Amino acid sequence: MSLTKADLASALFDEVGLNKREAKEFVDAWFETIRQALEDGDHVKLSGFGNFQLRDKNQRPGRNPKTGEEIPISARRVVTFKPGQKLRARVEAYAGSAE
Amino acid sequence: MTKSELIERMAGEQNHLSQADVELAVRCILEQMSRALSEGDRIEIRGFGSFSLHYRPPRMGRNPRTGESVALPGKYVPHFKPGKALRERVNEGASD
Repeated sequence: MSLTKADLASALFDEVGLNKREAKEFVDAWFETIRQALEDGDHVKLSGFGNFQLRDKNQRPGRNPKTGEEIPISARRVVTFKPGQKLRARVEAYAGSAE
Repeated sequence: MTKSELIERMAGEQNHLSQADVELAVRCILEQMSRALSEGDRIEIRGFGSFSLHYRPPRMGRNPRTGESVALPGKYVPHFKPGKALRERVNEGASD
């Protein structure tokens, strides 16, 4: 099973009391606000959940796995997610109960 | 940007909601996301990315103070894979 924007919107409807339209807009605005901050070059820190960080990568040699041809992988900025202590602990607890 | 800055920014845009409602809603979203992962579910947000669990097998660790070996059990850790739209916007943001 996987959690989607629709699930988040229905939680906002059930638990916070937003109407359906407000809930859907809120979920869209939430992810858009995070995306915009990252696009602007800001790290995003959500205490208890984790941090979205940006890393600038230099150009490096790559290879087309199908043809074996060498092609450089251009320099780029990428997003990484570092889970927070609290989230790590909760996820580890799941692993414990599954075994 | 911290959680409280994010809440402020969203409250500024969602004028029909009180600051308190925005805070509640943000807390609700983060709790839903944390709970999904802690129950072993994935999170899939198109244009943003997906969260899933990666397994780390058991290994022998060492107590750095005593040098003693300790058996560390296998565990799951949260993993995020950015979606296409996020990857592209972040990378384009870098070249502006």
